[in-house]
Amino acid sequence: MTVRTAELLMAIIMGVFSVYLMWKSAELEIGWVPGEGPGGGAWPFWLSAGMLICCAATLFRWFMRTTPQSRSSELFMDRKTWQIFTITAGSLAVTLGLVYFIGMYFALMLFLSFYLRVVGAHSWKVVLPISFFLPASAFFFFEGLLKIILPKGYAEPLFYPLYRLIY
Amino acid sequence: MEILDLLLAGFAEAATPQNLLMMVLGCIIGLFVGALPGLGSVNGVAILLPITFLVPPNAAIIFLAAVYYGAMYGGAISSVMLGIPGASTAVATVFDGRPLAMQGKADYALVAAAVGSFCGGTISVILFTLFAPPLAEFALKFGPAEEFALMMLAFATFVGLGGDDIPKTLFSICIGLVLAAVGLDEISGQPRLIFGDITGFYHGINFLVLAIGIYGIGEMLWTLEITRGDVQVSQAAFSFRRIIDAFRQLKGSIVTIISSSFLGYFVGILPAAGATPASLMAYGLAKSLSDTPEEFGKGKLSGVAAPETANNAASTGSMLPMLTLGIPGSPTTAILLGGMIIWGLRPGPLLFQNHPDFVWGLIGSLYLANFFTVIINIAFIPAFVAVLRLPFTILAPVIFLLCIVGGFAPTQDMHDVWLIWLFGLIGYLMRKLDYPVAPAVLAIVLGPLAERALRQTLVGERGDVMIFIERPLSATFLVLAVILTIVPIVKMARIKARRRRAAEDSGGS
Repeated sequence: MTVRTAELLMAIIMGVFSVYLMWKSAELEIGWVPGEGPGGGAWPFWLSAGMLICCAATLFRWFMRTTPQSRSSELFMDRKTWQIFTITAGSLAVTLGLVYFIGMYFALMLFLSFYLRVVGAHSWKVVLPISFFLPASAFFFFEGLLKIILPKGYAEPLFYPLYRLIY
Repeated sequence: MEILDLLLAGFAEAATPQNLLMMVLGCIIGLFVGALPGLGSVNGVAILLPITFLVPPNAAIIFLAAVYYGAMYGGAISSVMLGIPGASTAVATVFDGRPLAMQGKADYALVAAAVGSFCGGTISVILFTLFAPPLAEFALKFGPAEEFALMMLAFATFVGLGGDDIPKTLFSICIGLVLAAVGLDEISGQPRLIFGDITGFYHGINFLVLAIGIYGIGEMLWTLEITRGDVQVSQAAFSFRRIIDAFRQLKGSIVTIISSSFLGYFVGILPAAGATPASLMAYGLAKSLSDTPEEFGKGKLSGVAAPETANNAASTGSMLPMLTLGIPGSPTTAILLGGMIIWGLRPGPLLFQNHPDFVWGLIGSLYLANFFTVIINIAFIPAFVAVLRLPFTILAPVIFLLCIVGGFAPTQDMHDVWLIWLFGLIGYLMRKLDYPVAPAVLAIVLGPLAERALRQTLVGERGDVMIFIERPLSATFLVLAVILTIVPIVKMARIKARRRRAAEDSGGS
């Protein structure tokens, strides 16, 4: 996909999103409520309308080839960039999904191991200590110092001995 | 005299053991954050803000201000050693910093950057101390109409001074304001913009979610794309004698440093302008005032000192409107402002009256942080250089980890972490298409305040919008906002007309 096509797609997607936001805002009063002032939906409705106008302006400029992006026939993402983007986005999404099952700490350990080993091609001597110590430090910082409980999923029983240590 | 008393009290507040510790820690972390390519003060402050809930607000803001300061110093390190700016604020530092490093004079460039940063920071914090109290007193006259008009002026500066594509800048502002409207309508209490009836939207979209998404995940993707995980660190020799010699050579840059300090401070005050244009302008000014402008770009110490002085001065300058008017002067101060709201403090003129210990403690800490940062910076230059050798493929997942746990901490809701992921990806794609992201962050912070001010005014005046024009201050702000929005549009139309004329002329001949 070229930068020019990406510019067009983004403007269309954001334009459609603006219309959705206007429709969603209209669930509340978008006009004047006597004695109360502007309705609860007025502010987001008119701002979304502003977004739509901006998208229309971008589309017009795309059509007229005014912006550098609308004239560019370069690739929006080359192979390597696409690879970085999909691996990062995908591995982060899988990590967040895993949080519900194995908890934040184990999910982050897996994420670090995967990213360091597969993307960074680092040796296990580098991968293992970082993957273990960073989530472990996060545990003591958040649970011990801040008293903020991070999700543990089905791995909760494994943390009981640590709870005795910090509480 | 009153200011001096307040400042002394501020020093006493800043020098308590806890605050001092947080300040030094902030300086060190800021230096590292700034030194790492792709990470700047805004990324550091956004990612670290959630973990400051551990300490009281005074210590937290001192810590974050020190991170802000330290990052401004640290940005020069990667500009010089890698030829990649640590942040956009250090872009101009590359112009002469990199040639100096290639000539084996990286230490000279780093000393020039540190000294420039120190002078810029010191002069600007003195100006800040002198300007802040009268401005805050003046701002006490503001009602909701003026507040709203002032926020519109802040947004207009992004259009007028930001230099980005106008429809895309306006889009960024509008989407930030709409995202801020998600949650419960403050006046009617009705749920608003609850997408797909997902309960997580009921508590609204925290500004940190957008900031961490854009400045954490999005920025890392951007930097991974640019660097491909591989950077080349210059070799540098460091010795006491060479550092002293660098100081000696800096004598010729004194005028540059002083002029850049003033320029940086005043440009920094303007929302949207901030440290990046300040540093570029200072570089241009230094070059035009120099007797040997042809040496710029080939490794001139003034070419490093000027932008580094200006970006530090601008970072202090941007705190002035944030603290006195409640209008952030940069994305970093927008996040600081959001943090202050979380801590139950409302930035603005009343802050000086109701929480003088907080305000003056922060001002006192700026003086001290400046002093500590320059010492830590010069003393540990080799350590920072060593950190740059850390492969980016190690740094990036560590930052992702901080984004995930930091994003979860404030609301303890996985919904927010998913939003961070989504905003990070969309922010990255939009940035690739030149949509400016800073206005969206500013807008999500100011959104609830702007809406409240607008509705309060309209309710008070029974819907009469003329009140914004009838009140002189509000009218002035709005007129300025309109001018700032229209000027670039007119300028663009003129350029187009001139081009068309030129094309016609060349076609005719």
